[in-house]
Amino acid sequence: MNVPTLAEMTAKGESPEIVFWVGCAGSFDDRAKRVTKAFVKILQAVGTKFAVLGPEETCTGDPARRAGNEFLFQMQAMSNITVLNGYQVKKIVTTCPHCFNTLKNEYPELGGTYEVIHHTTFINELIREGKIKMTGTSGFQGRKITYHDSCYLGRANNIYEAPREVLEALDADLVEMKRCKTNGLCCGAGGAQMFKEPEKGNKDINIERAEEAINTGASTIAVACPFCMTMMSDGVKNKEKEGQIVVRDLAELIVERQGL
Amino acid sequence: MAFVPQLLFFLVLAFAAFIIRSRVLRIRDNIRLGKANPVNDRSGERWNNVLLVAFGQKKMFKKMIPATLHFFIYAGFLIINLEVLEFVIDGLAGTHRIFAPYLGSMYNLLMNFFEFLALAVLLACVVFLIRRNVIKVPRFRSPELTGWPLLDANLILITEIVLMSAIFTMNACDQLLQVHSEHYTATGTLFFSSFLMPLFSNLSQDALHVIERSAWWFHILGILGFAVYVTYSKHLHIFMAFVNTYYARLEPKGQINNMPVVTREVKSMLGIAPADAAPAGEPGRFGAKDINDLTWNQLAAAYSCTECGRCTAECPANLTGKKLSPRKIMMDVRDRMEEVGNSIAKGGKGLQDGKFLLDTYISREEINACTSCNACVEACPVLINPLDIILEMRRYVSMEESGAPAQWNGMFQNIETSFAPWKFPPSDRFKWANE
Repeated sequence: MNVPTLAEMTAKGESPEIVFWVGCAGSFDDRAKRVTKAFVKILQAVGTKFAVLGPEETCTGDPARRAGNEFLFQMQAMSNITVLNGYQVKKIVTTCPHCFNTLKNEYPELGGTYEVIHHTTFINELIREGKIKMTGTSGFQGRKITYHDSCYLGRANNIYEAPREVLEALDADLVEMKRCKTNGLCCGAGGAQMFKEPEKGNKDINIERAEEAINTGASTIAVACPFCMTMMSDGVKNKEKEGQIVVRDLAELIVERQGL
Repeated sequence: MAFVPQLLFFLVLAFAAFIIRSRVLRIRDNIRLGKANPVNDRSGERWNNVLLVAFGQKKMFKKMIPATLHFFIYAGFLIINLEVLEFVIDGLAGTHRIFAPYLGSMYNLLMNFFEFLALAVLLACVVFLIRRNVIKVPRFRSPELTGWPLLDANLILITEIVLMSAIFTMNACDQLLQVHSEHYTATGTLFFSSFLMPLFSNLSQDALHVIERSAWWFHILGILGFAVYVTYSKHLHIFMAFVNTYYARLEPKGQINNMPVVTREVKSMLGIAPADAAPAGEPGRFGAKDINDLTWNQLAAAYSCTECGRCTAECPANLTGKKLSPRKIMMDVRDRMEEVGNSIAKGGKGLQDGKFLLDTYISREEINACTSCNACVEACPVLINPLDIILEMRRYVSMEESGAPAQWNGMFQNIETSFAPWKFPPSDRFKWANE
């Protein structure tokens, strides 16, 4: 895949319309890497001039801050801001709601102010602007999809409609879980829980959520976050339902629909 | 001797006012144990929250049944208190239904409306008692709701039922007396209480008079007692909800408060701080170990919590059997404030009593279970933010004690050395493009 880095682009004296912040999950986690590539395919298909930081990208510091290590968070934030400001970055898109929230809401106080947008909103805009055209038969008609709200998109940033509009544009049959939108149930990974075993309880949160998703009768769980992806996939596996229900990021569904 | 009841009434009123005043001052002092945190921005949005969320009960209506019942009690409380004004004037002046002659037929209409509300309050309280004690709605069965919190809730509901019954008794006897006595100003038929009149119709004038007066005294003493009691109870929310909705955070829920002390230190470590930016005094404790490490608004929020448990009912950790309950976090903050406040008032050790909010009241297992999903913040009908407090305690554990769970410490180390929360070589970060 030919993905330009910001360093290369700058060396050529060019600048991108938008910087794609890939995130640690999108860079290292095998499942999330497929989402990263799906989103790159979309960017390339619509001809957006984008660049990634590549080896210059580092953790935003989100999990450190949520686990209480403010020093480490701010060290990460300051060094990222130095890099981003060095390249005079104006606009960032990211496939991770945690990176999105941190870059958008928490970097400005530390000197990093950018227009930050999550890929669900970005894709929705592409559809609205007609840059992604849903033509031909979709294969999505009658396919039941349930959307699992990421806490860091939904409650944290009030983004509930963009991902749903994307699903509707796919011509899929959107079925809601009882706990959705403002009442959406967390997948269990936020607040740095992704990086430790859960505390003692009688059930894992992702199992509770996967059961709810399975009970909708949907054949696809749509997610918009790499951590939700891991948690929901594990939950489905735990219930031995991998044969009936798949977990897909919205970007992957677009790629599938468009045959990219 | 006719002035005796008036004098007695005045003394009771003064006594109640005295106790309420001292309780209000104590609560103010307790809240002032928190750190300064001036809030003087975006007042338009803040008033908007007060109007919609506190006054208009907007968030209550996410759950229709309790919201409707609660609305009756709320409206009853606001409106029936207009009648209390008449009670107070009558009590001090020795008059009876002083507003009646001035309002004419409006008075009858008003009294009937008050009776309707009183009945609605009474019925709502009965349903709430059933919900709490018979149906046992899950959020009322949590471990933190045993003992005093349960008694507190039941006491209030029963008191309101008794107070409303006193209004009906008083009005029923009053209507019977109106036929014979000039003193009892004609009110016209009071619809709901007139159904009770047959109960009292065989009694002598004197007996009726005694019952009517007793009900009057019972009601006003009850109201005053209630006003005192509220300052010790979770029912302080009737006042503090307005305060809390004004001071609630307006930033996106995902945004965690910045720590400027750390920013200064990090900037100087990285050599990007201006040379003259000397730290302003002692940095103090990082994060929160006790209530004085929280801001005053966070402490005030604890006084506005009415322990409804909507937060806990939505908490993914709590739903899956973990120890964390956001409601308990708020109750613990309040209990610790009361403990410290009482100790200081008695000349005791106050904050230096060897106890702390963290560990004495709130365990690490609780704060470690939070997914920061904001479900509790979203659920709260009065905009309390338990998540903020949990995160402050995590900051204390992580930065003052390096005591975060081992796997988190491992994650910190990965970020420091590999710039990612997982242990991958940084040089592999861009490999995905070529896979």
